Amino acid sequence: MAAYRLNRLFNQRNIFLNSQRLILNSVRPCSVVAGSTQHALSVKNRIDKTREASLLGGGAKRIAKQHQKGKLTARERVHLMLDPGSFIEYDAFLEHNCSDFGMEDEKYPGDSVVTGRGTINGRTCFVFSQDFTVFGGSLSGAHAKKICKIMDQAMLVGAPVIGLNDSGGARIQEGVESLAGYADIFQRNVNASGVVPQISLIMGPCAGGAVYSPALTDYTFMVKDTSYLFITGPDVVKSVTNEDVTQEELGGAKTHTTVSGVAHRAFENDVDALLQVRDFFDFLPLSNKDPAPIRECFDPWDRDVPGLDTVVPLETTAAYDITDVMTSVADDSNFFEIMPNYAKNIVVGFARMNGRTVGMVGNQPKVAAGCLDINASVKGARFVRFCDSFNIPIITFVDVPGFLPGTSQEYGGIIRHGAKLLFAYAEATVPKITVITRKAYGGAYDVMSSKHLRGDTNYAWPTAEVAVMGAKGAVSIIFRGKDQAKNEAEYVEKFANPFPAAVRGFVDDIIEPRTTRRQICLDLDVLASKKLDNPWKKHANMPL
Amino acid sequence: MATSIYARLPNTLLKQRAFCYASNIKANLGAHQYGRTLYTSASCLKEMYWNDKTLDGEPLFDKILIANRGEIACRVIDTCRRLGIKTVAVHSEADSMAVHTRMADEKVCIGPAPTSQSYLVMENILKAVQDTGAQAVHPGYGFLSENTVFAAKLAEIGVEFIGPNSEAIRAMGDKIESKRIATTAGVNMIPGHDGVVENVEHCVHLANEIKYPVMIKASAGGGGKGMRIAWNDKEAKEAFRLSSQEAASSFGDDRMLIEKYIDNPRHIEVQLLCDKHGNGVWLNERECSIQRRNQKVIEEAPSVFVDPVMRKKMGDQAVQLATAVGYDSAGTVEFLVDSQKNFYFLEMNTRLQVEHPITECITGIDIVHQMIRSAKGHELLYKQHDVPVDGWAIECRVYAEDPYKNFGMPSIGRLYKYIEPNHIPKVRCDSGIKEGSQISIYYDPMICKLVTYGDSRTEALDTMVTALDSYVIKGVTHNIPLLRDIITEKTFVSGDITTKYLQTVFPDGFTGKVLSDVEKTEIIALSAAIYAKEQLIARTFLNQTRIPAKTSLSNTWNLNVRVVDSDVALEVRYIQDKHLFEVQIDERVYNVTDTISFSNPLLDIKLDGQSKLLQLNKRLGGGRYEIRFLGTVFPISIMDERTAELYKYMPEKVEIDLSTVVVAPMPGVLKSVSVCEGDSVSEGQEVAVLEAMKMQNSLVAGKTGKIKKVGFKTGDTIDEGDILVELE
Repeated sequence: MAAYRLNRLFNQRNIFLNSQRLILNSVRPCSVVAGSTQHALSVKNRIDKTREASLLGGGAKRIAKQHQKGKLTARERVHLMLDPGSFIEYDAFLEHNCSDFGMEDEKYPGDSVVTGRGTINGRTCFVFSQDFTVFGGSLSGAHAKKICKIMDQAMLVGAPVIGLNDSGGARIQEGVESLAGYADIFQRNVNASGVVPQISLIMGPCAGGAVYSPALTDYTFMVKDTSYLFITGPDVVKSVTNEDVTQEELGGAKTHTTVSGVAHRAFENDVDALLQVRDFFDFLPLSNKDPAPIRECFDPWDRDVPGLDTVVPLETTAAYDITDVMTSVADDSNFFEIMPNYAKNIVVGFARMNGRTVGMVGNQPKVAAGCLDINASVKGARFVRFCDSFNIPIITFVDVPGFLPGTSQEYGGIIRHGAKLLFAYAEATVPKITVITRKAYGGAYDVMSSKHLRGDTNYAWPTAEVAVMGAKGAVSIIFRGKDQAKNEAEYVEKFANPFPAAVRGFVDDIIEPRTTRRQICLDLDVLASKKLDNPWKKHANMPL
Repeated sequence: MATSIYARLPNTLLKQRAFCYASNIKANLGAHQYGRTLYTSASCLKEMYWNDKTLDGEPLFDKILIANRGEIACRVIDTCRRLGIKTVAVHSEADSMAVHTRMADEKVCIGPAPTSQSYLVMENILKAVQDTGAQAVHPGYGFLSENTVFAAKLAEIGVEFIGPNSEAIRAMGDKIESKRIATTAGVNMIPGHDGVVENVEHCVHLANEIKYPVMIKASAGGGGKGMRIAWNDKEAKEAFRLSSQEAASSFGDDRMLIEKYIDNPRHIEVQLLCDKHGNGVWLNERECSIQRRNQKVIEEAPSVFVDPVMRKKMGDQAVQLATAVGYDSAGTVEFLVDSQKNFYFLEMNTRLQVEHPITECITGIDIVHQMIRSAKGHELLYKQHDVPVDGWAIECRVYAEDPYKNFGMPSIGRLYKYIEPNHIPKVRCDSGIKEGSQISIYYDPMICKLVTYGDSRTEALDTMVTALDSYVIKGVTHNIPLLRDIITEKTFVSGDITTKYLQTVFPDGFTGKVLSDVEKTEIIALSAAIYAKEQLIARTFLNQTRIPAKTSLSNTWNLNVRVVDSDVALEVRYIQDKHLFEVQIDERVYNVTDTISFSNPLLDIKLDGQSKLLQLNKRLGGGRYEIRFLGTVFPISIMDERTAELYKYMPEKVEIDLSTVVVAPMPGVLKSVSVCEGDSVSEGQEVAVLEAMKMQNSLVAGKTGKIKKVGFKTGDTIDEGDILVELE
């Protein structure tokens, strides 16, 4: 089906090119049939005019309005994000076919979305960019068709899809046609999930059913102050639940990056967002058939990081910043954090090690002692699964005192949500390297990419302590509180060090923190040829 | 008398020296260009002590305990190592992994992090002395260095105190008595009240008698703590109140003094060296006029203001005073000098001073060594004519503090990247920290004493500029921007300075380096090349072969660079075979070498053949950088032409109005909160006092209004940026 479409597309192109040649050829010898010359010229004229019209979208006035709101137009965005001159547009002439409510008189070539492909730093990606200046960017059948076309192509060749969302919602005049369009896109989002990376950048409103397309993609980024995501807007909320809430509070960038966890990052404005997406794109492989990208690396792979020797405080209860560890180990200290303001007790993001993209996961002792709770588990699980889908090795820094206790966690289903992270790590077949920097207690130790969950190399720093629980709790259970101090000391002596894990082979080595970068780089080279398959299944039944 | 230099240099030490040199050589060749040895550079600086004298075979101590922390502990340990003396470090729990703790042969933990529970606890230190069998204690500066009780207790257990005798400390430590002694010894004095100020009213009365301006200071004070200036009755009252509180908490002694305040003075001090045999020499002067809030920032030796006649006069008076109190160690006599070269006695510091390295640099004498010698009872081997003024030395105190706030508000953090400029010749870094160290609220926020020296002041200054530009400190806010600016500021360079220097040169506070047009063009050209380099690296995919990445991307960029309110359009071309970026601004073409690396924090890039040092502080993505150039960090935004064209549509972000909130300028402990919710306050009214780094900081309301919310209470520990009080 897709192949057929592609052929058709190419044929259309060829026809177009041929007809152009025809026109050129037929202009010179004036003796041929006069009427056909005229016709050919007028077609050429129409093509030029229509193309011009399609470039203008909803017209100069609406473009000015868009600018006034601090937003760029669909085309400006695409050109900014892609390498200069690399954008190749599809379906600039496609129009909606609605004939109700006077719509037949109001047609815009290309309708309310710009689609096509281009390159980012030389690598191919497919793009759609909703045009708010045409019918408020509303989704018509034609609009959906255009998006589906580039998604089909992206799947066909194995290249990522980036969607720039700025749409008022469904094209109400089209009714069910519009709804069908959404569903067509959803289906493709799902089919593409795990095959090619999908990125959504919300650059304006995105409400109602439309929100589910970004939600199905791998990453949702937002622009501060000008983008909104919600199922129902403030007016409906007010009429149904009598809550007073602003657009920003209900579905602004801040809400979704700090409270709901719907969006993965927020950027200052359109320009910043598009440029940062370029940086982000460089971390990703084009599809699940490609290895994690390797870029030339100028940071010595065997660089010592002396500062790591003292990063873990001597006091076992004192906090430190795990991102210090991540950035100092990474190439050029470059770390692209995902969800930096949500569930901050776990840190996830992308970095490069000796040029190769890796996903880094770390418990953050600075926030809630780095414990795992519902939000942290879900955040970590989704990230680990993305990395596993796209062949990106996972490096895990462990300093976890356990799962967060309490009724709110238990009632919220920490068991089922915590299981997601466990599931994701256990299922992952990409190279998995683990460094235990300090605490690895209880079930959380097992979860955090332990040896038992097929960790490929597991290291412990000298400050590591792997145990079922902290000394105080353990002693009060084992000895029922007798000689608490003395027994605690004995427990600490026995368990608060890396030996119990090392003598059992649960960690492969105890390493000097300063050598962490070198060790990881060496391991990644060897593990590049790792081959591990899970048993055949239709798909796993992960605890959603 | 046979004297020899380094006669006692043991073998181990030679090895260590060789190690230092070896690592220096490696540093010049390898990728770890700025790698630093475990120990401070001072251990490599033995050639600096070319004039250090000792007697062949004279006995010294076998083991010395250093009752201090940080750089001064490291400094003392360095000399001990050189002399083959074993060392004992004492440390708080927080300092268990500190540099001084690791350097010493033995270490003893003496308590938790707060100094009042560790470095100031005599019993613990005395116990450490006995447990380790140390024969002598070097107190460094601060802490117990001028504590007569401590010196006396050491004497009781037969352990030598490396410093002056208790009587001299007591006499000079008491500002009232020291003045009496100085007067009789024939030292020039400042007009003032001869005695303690009893209370606020007395303070105001005396102030009116002496006539404003007056200086109100703690009798037991030093180092600028508990010291304030008042210009009228209102200020006198407040100064008395705050200073006596500070004195009480810092020294446990709230007695206050008052004296005439000399306007536009210079602060010049004389270093002394005395022995137990009544001998004394002066080791020239140090100019310490560059101060903020009465704490020194930049010192130099000698002073441009002091001529040989004046030097001798000051030196002789200083020695007279020392002789009068039976002084028998290294010490410093501080003078205030007015514009007519009149000098007045300020105080005598009976300890090793922070800024002693600059004196060492121009005299070639290891002052710590000579202190140890005289403590052991050896006679001074110097006559006055043995003490030269050899070249020029400058010291910048690099502090972990924000120079944009009141010339320096303490900051804390972890030094995740830290590289001292030791690879530059004629640079000496005295520090007690290294990469990974923590600057905490418990101790002094000094990072390093950066000393440069040379044959002339100009040479020392030039080296200082390079050293400051090459100094990489990441993780805390530091005052290098201010230091770098002073070092190159024209009145400073001309030597025309007073203790009012900072207020005069920066009347509105320090706002960062003001770039000249040439400098602006330089940073623009350099950052444009950095941007282009980043673009080039972003295309170097090595394994993206299934859909081949396009390699034919342009090597020319039309850019728009924005730095400090100026927008410049330019073109950058990468000339591959020459490894060169051509940056064209208007008609002019600048050649920038491709020595740009994102893994090296310090970039040495040649611009038209001239070497330029800059540091890429942060890469924020999307063409935004923070680049440290000429000391100051500049935010830079680079976009290609079409992006810049579209950027004009981006909405301006609204800044939060800070005048309605009182924000903690630094981390610390709330000493008092003087308002409640609902109170009306006027602009400038004190709402809270924050104690941080042992200083009390009065926080005031930014505007007149009603208090909406008080976020914290007395005794709370707060972070920088915490909102203490909100106004309606």
